Amino acid sequence: MNNLQHLFSMHMVLSTLRLAIPLTLASIGSVICERSGIINLGIEGMMLSGAFGAVFGTHISGSPWIGMLVAILVGGLFGLIHALLCIRYRTNQAVSGVGINIFASGITIVLCQVVWNKEGLSGEVTAIPNVTVPGLSQIPVIGRLFEKQSPYLFITLVIVAVSWYVMYRTKVGLRLRTIGDNSKAAATAGVNVTRYRYVSVIICGMLCGLAGSFLSIVQSNLFVKDMVAGRGYIALAATIFGGWNPLGSFLASLLFAFSQALRINIELDIPEQFLQMLPYLLTMVVLIIAGRKVKGPQESGDIKD
Amino acid sequence: MYAVEMRGITKRFGSFTANDHIDFCVEKGEIHCLLGENGAGKTTLMNILFGLYHADEGELIINGKSVTKHSARNAFLCGLGMVHQHFMLVDALSIWENVIIGNEPGRFSIDRKESIRQVQAIADSYNFNLNVEEKVSELSVGMKQRVEILKTLYRGAETIILDEPTAVLTPQEVDQLLDIFRDMKKQGKTIIFITHKLNETKAVSDHVTVLRAGKSVHTVNTADVTVNELAGMMVGHEVSFELERVANEPGEVVLSLQNVRLLPNAQNTVSLDVRAGEIVGIAGVEGNGQKQLEEMLLGLLKCKEGKISLYGEEISSWPTRKRVEKGISYIPSDRYQRAILPGFSILDNYLLGNQFDEHYVPHGMIDYRVLEERAKDLMKSYDVRAVDEKQSIGSLSGGNQQKMVLSREASKDAGFVLACQPIRGLDIGAIQYIREILLKLRRQGKAILLISAELTDIFQLSDRIAVLYKGELMDMRKNEEFTTQSIGLLMAGQKGEA
Repeated sequence: MNNLQHLFSMHMVLSTLRLAIPLTLASIGSVICERSGIINLGIEGMMLSGAFGAVFGTHISGSPWIGMLVAILVGGLFGLIHALLCIRYRTNQAVSGVGINIFASGITIVLCQVVWNKEGLSGEVTAIPNVTVPGLSQIPVIGRLFEKQSPYLFITLVIVAVSWYVMYRTKVGLRLRTIGDNSKAAATAGVNVTRYRYVSVIICGMLCGLAGSFLSIVQSNLFVKDMVAGRGYIALAATIFGGWNPLGSFLASLLFAFSQALRINIELDIPEQFLQMLPYLLTMVVLIIAGRKVKGPQESGDIKD
Repeated sequence: MYAVEMRGITKRFGSFTANDHIDFCVEKGEIHCLLGENGAGKTTLMNILFGLYHADEGELIINGKSVTKHSARNAFLCGLGMVHQHFMLVDALSIWENVIIGNEPGRFSIDRKESIRQVQAIADSYNFNLNVEEKVSELSVGMKQRVEILKTLYRGAETIILDEPTAVLTPQEVDQLLDIFRDMKKQGKTIIFITHKLNETKAVSDHVTVLRAGKSVHTVNTADVTVNELAGMMVGHEVSFELERVANEPGEVVLSLQNVRLLPNAQNTVSLDVRAGEIVGIAGVEGNGQKQLEEMLLGLLKCKEGKISLYGEEISSWPTRKRVEKGISYIPSDRYQRAILPGFSILDNYLLGNQFDEHYVPHGMIDYRVLEERAKDLMKSYDVRAVDEKQSIGSLSGGNQQKMVLSREASKDAGFVLACQPIRGLDIGAIQYIREILLKLRRQGKAILLISAELTDIFQLSDRIAVLYKGELMDMRKNEEFTTQSIGLLMAGQKGEA
């Protein structure tokens, strides 16, 4: 009984929000990327490189905020690699993405060895501290959102709002949406399609890097090999389930995060392994249901000209 | 004063010369037709004018100014607008959003109200009859085309180039489009109208430039020439459009459709018979169930409601192979997707569809000697022009590819021929030849179902004509009882007095 009360507690809400942060950030990155016509299967790897970059940056500088910036830069660099491969060299996008995942997984382990002389593990660094917003935290019930909260939550909410606004209310957004559906229409209207694509893929990489840094210097204080553990793929699923819309990405991420929160917070008489499967199982079920109906950018994954 | 002057334009792609010293001049404020067959170099010439290709030689003068460094951006700055053959529209967006892309009112955010007002004002001033807040996915083909024109007008184009704009329209929509041309001309716009259709050229243009095999043949006053003379210039020799369709009494029913539902949301089902020695033509604007009909007959799409019978035997639930073996020859509408493997040799393509035939494939091993003999034979008798049978079929012209497909299908011992868009993308010579073969098959007593978007096809070949609209048969009569007008109305879904 105690468990079921848990289900709707503030604790669950906060836990869900927290778990949704990396999924939302990466998924919005993927939305922007796919709207420009390029599928990014390398999200997982980009997050992983961001997670490593964050710890490394913090280790060198002593400040986790510098670590966060390094994570964004490293993610952006991986975005640039993906963009070059897909746009300049017309590599198969899936191959490039998977290649990035494998590369990121390997290089981070090697660098752990080089920097910390440990196998697949970094040393401990300072994490980004939680903050309590004075005033707002006094409000009953929702005040807890502002109490000992990670600044990443606020950054994420701002990114959700801004990316939605840019996508649906501005020139840049209209052009981006056009490129994803009919790049020739955009090109003949004088839009520099190639530039939009580069910028989109790089932004995607930066958001993935930021998402990864959350895992290493907010949720914990060190890097562990393959610590992204499939979240990149769940973010991809959130992209589709959310209808290639930043707001949709956020809502879909909340759903997936909720299933993760269940696993962590609720104790049921079900074997642990089944609960661990839950987020991934849910992803598959959702994709089967949503995958048919939702219509994404028509040219995503298949850039022409 | 010329709006556009192109002098001695030459463009080569490898060893192929698409444009060979072409001269093309368009006066300001006129409607100028660029006439030519498929592959005559019309589109290449226009892509050069629009800055999408660069000419290897020649001079380009726009509004009296010589243009040296040309690009799509520059073409736009010179007041050129192009409506492409394939629409450049985003279905998921509304009309106004499609129109303003690249030139949006507002600084960073889009000024929605102002955008809608501006776009609607232009649409109204040319009587486009559009509500610009509608989504493009909801529009008919004719309306989409108007959105494309609207895009060029919104950008302030003075000279508008339209690439084969009537290919996808019903006769009435064509008339509306020609009216819009006249309206635009009245308001001082210059229109370059690329087409291979002679009647439209004659109806609307002031001047015609005829291209043939990459060379400009003539530029003439439209009023001074007849349609037949234009055809002669286009093809290079006299053409007779007449085909002889000898009256004959059709035999037994070969194929029959009973209450077949083509589109899931169609109100009525389709029933029709095709008898031996008869051609039944299915007229209609594309996308009204033709593709579904084609696929259901072959068993590529499940026929969920109704019955399809071949020689009185129901085949609705049969797999494709069994149907074909029972007697179906198939000329697919999508040649590249279904009729040929472009990268394979002509020889291998003759095997396609015959891969179960014991004659060619005894004991599961291909007998290339038999196949080669047969291929050579068929290529000769159907005039498939190639170096030899080992050449890849993708390197042949569309006409020769289609002749190969037809020879393969016609040589089958099948009583029913399904011919879908058989002349699509072919030049006049090949069209004539393909039509003759279809009539020959009819004389041989085969039952032929002809699905075609070209009304000339339908009228010249069919004994009976059925009109398809939104997956329903609007009407079915003998050829002689229809006129272009009455069919046009039915194609647009108006039953009226037709």
